[in-house]
Amino acid sequence: MRDDPIPGSEADARDERYADLTALSEWDQAKLGAQAIEDTEAIHVAPNWKLTWWRFKKHRLALGSTLVVILLALIVLFPGFFSTMDPQKSRAQQSFVPVQTIHFFDEGQFRPFVYGIVGKRNPETLRMEWKIDEEKKIPVRFFARGFEYEVLGLFSTDIHLFGVKEGDIEENPIYLLGTDRLGRDQWSRLMYGTRVSVSIGLISVFISVLLGVLLGGVSGYYGGIPDLIIQRMIEILQSLPAIPIWMALTAAMPRDWSVEQTYFAITLILALIGWTTLGREVRGRFLVLREEDFVMAAKLSGCSQKRIIFRHMVPTFYSHIIAAATLAVPVMIISETFLSFLGLGLRPPAISWGVLLQEAQNLQSVALAPWLLLPGVAVIITVLALNILGDGLRDAADPYSH
Amino acid sequence: MTQYIIKRLLLLPLLLFIFSVFAFFIIQAPPGDFVTSYIAELAASGSSMDQAQIDALREQYGLDQPMIVQYFKWVGGMLRGDFGVSLDWKRPIMELIKERLLLTVLLGAFTFIISWSLAIPIGIISATKQYSFIDYFFTIFNYMGVATPTFMTALILMWLAYSYFGISVTGLFSPEYVDAPWSLARVVDLMKHLWLPALILALDGTARLARVMRANLLDELNKPYVEMARAKGMSEWRLVLKYPVHLAINPLVSTIGWYLPMLFSGSVIVATVLNLPTIGPLLLRSLTNQDMFLAGVIVLIYCFLAIIGTLMSDVLLAWLDPRIRMEA
Repeated sequence: MRDDPIPGSEADARDERYADLTALSEWDQAKLGAQAIEDTEAIHVAPNWKLTWWRFKKHRLALGSTLVVILLALIVLFPGFFSTMDPQKSRAQQSFVPVQTIHFFDEGQFRPFVYGIVGKRNPETLRMEWKIDEEKKIPVRFFARGFEYEVLGLFSTDIHLFGVKEGDIEENPIYLLGTDRLGRDQWSRLMYGTRVSVSIGLISVFISVLLGVLLGGVSGYYGGIPDLIIQRMIEILQSLPAIPIWMALTAAMPRDWSVEQTYFAITLILALIGWTTLGREVRGRFLVLREEDFVMAAKLSGCSQKRIIFRHMVPTFYSHIIAAATLAVPVMIISETFLSFLGLGLRPPAISWGVLLQEAQNLQSVALAPWLLLPGVAVIITVLALNILGDGLRDAADPYSH
Repeated sequence: MTQYIIKRLLLLPLLLFIFSVFAFFIIQAPPGDFVTSYIAELAASGSSMDQAQIDALREQYGLDQPMIVQYFKWVGGMLRGDFGVSLDWKRPIMELIKERLLLTVLLGAFTFIISWSLAIPIGIISATKQYSFIDYFFTIFNYMGVATPTFMTALILMWLAYSYFGISVTGLFSPEYVDAPWSLARVVDLMKHLWLPALILALDGTARLARVMRANLLDELNKPYVEMARAKGMSEWRLVLKYPVHLAINPLVSTIGWYLPMLFSGSVIVATVLNLPTIGPLLLRSLTNQDMFLAGVIVLIYCFLAIIGTLMSDVLLAWLDPRIRMEA
């Protein structure tokens, strides 16, 4: 250690400047060295998706949210399996039953159960008041049999992830997220709502991507008049206030349409306004790529235009499209949710997050049964997971940057 | 600069024309004309209309004429300041909208001020103290802010205020001021109510803005001129605020154009939940009751506000960034 460095000494100045470099431990240096060699060799031969994956997996939070998204995907595919009760069945006597938590350990042993509940009618307010009955334990079983449901429209089964003893569900129901005004099980409704809300988000983003790649591609690749027209169209659509337009368009749907018809109409309406951001992004990419040497090379070797676009240009920004699409899904999900919440989108008997949250519109019900707000928590978790995943993908999508 | 603004202003009528066609399309979208739905509504409530009245109504709105004539009749009326009559409220649309429009713009302005005055300091602190506890705290806050739909924030706050403090946070006026004429006391009462919905609406935008601000500022802080100023002995805070912050805000201003339309139209849902006397809940009611002329006018107003917002941000950006003026 030098307490008093001699001013003007070149060697000192250099030493100090590189102080943080030399401060690395030997182990660090060895690791860095080894990795540098490995990196330089591997990076040059690695395909694009591998580079993306390497960067993506450094983002811990994004990896975590991938798990959440996978779980969501499973619920979207098999809502019946995750539910415990028929989501449409109302039990007038069991309205506003509070949340019943699963206790996994009973006297130190793994024996999942929920406490029973007893209801008493309050003589003054005439309202059912529910209490947890600690005397009564209802065992929870895995892969229990319950109501019958269809799996992807292929076959029906009555096996659920968990439930109670066969045939016991009516006497000893379990309401993991409580019940609503009509005594319907919120947990099961949430599962089915997840299927509808998330799939609306996915499908409308899929349509947006198709529109965005098609129109943005044409705009960026050909330029000229098509570009001008498409660009003006995008500008006009983007300066439209999306929310009132969505509201007006969904309100124009005939009331007598079936659930499926409104479902597809909503995905279309969301996509028709929502494709512009993606369209812009794709156009920007095409504009840059058009000037690249490899495109020129492909042109000179006589590739057809279709081949240049789909074989050479599009693969270079696959990952960007996927990242942008991932970030667009939550926007669509929130949009569907608020439309249904306002009563303009899906209407009961359809179940979506927005329809579930309609029950929470009444302040008195919410004060009485705060668990009616829980579908909103599902929205928040989903949007959070998709946003983090999208951010991670976007950072990883550009393996050559930094 | 003046030339640039004039150029933008010349585009305004064209955009308004396109949007008015759009709004007209929305009016026409539901099956049947509105007289049909009006008659159906009357029939549902037990009363009826004779044929002469129906015909008179149809003629008044020119429903027996071709679409194009109807459109010009509608637009011509609006240009003369006649927005038509709301069949649902049985009052002139102009009268219905006037005060609500003022409150909508006021709410938007408040939201804007709150979100910017929160987002910029948050962005600066997160960037200058990168990876500190406070940075992580704000990062989580930002993610939550983006992920929570505004109506959920409104619902949760309403529930908390109601069940823990026993107060209702709906509306913009205390009961005694709802129909009172404007006075100083009424303005004070309005301010007492306005901040909460404005804050709820602002949180969404704050999160987005703060994230962008942080990223922009981080880029600037690594540039050599910062090092230079530091080497010359400039105090850290003055340095940061004077140069990098100034540069980092520019790209943000360019996003005001997207942000302002969202500001007005985004309030529709929160206003409905909190039952605010803005034009949002009016739009919802007109849509559910198929009061299509009112709905069309409101949609057009939102479009107009959006255009004004975009225009304002373009002008602001041109003023801040000389390069844009050159291009124009």
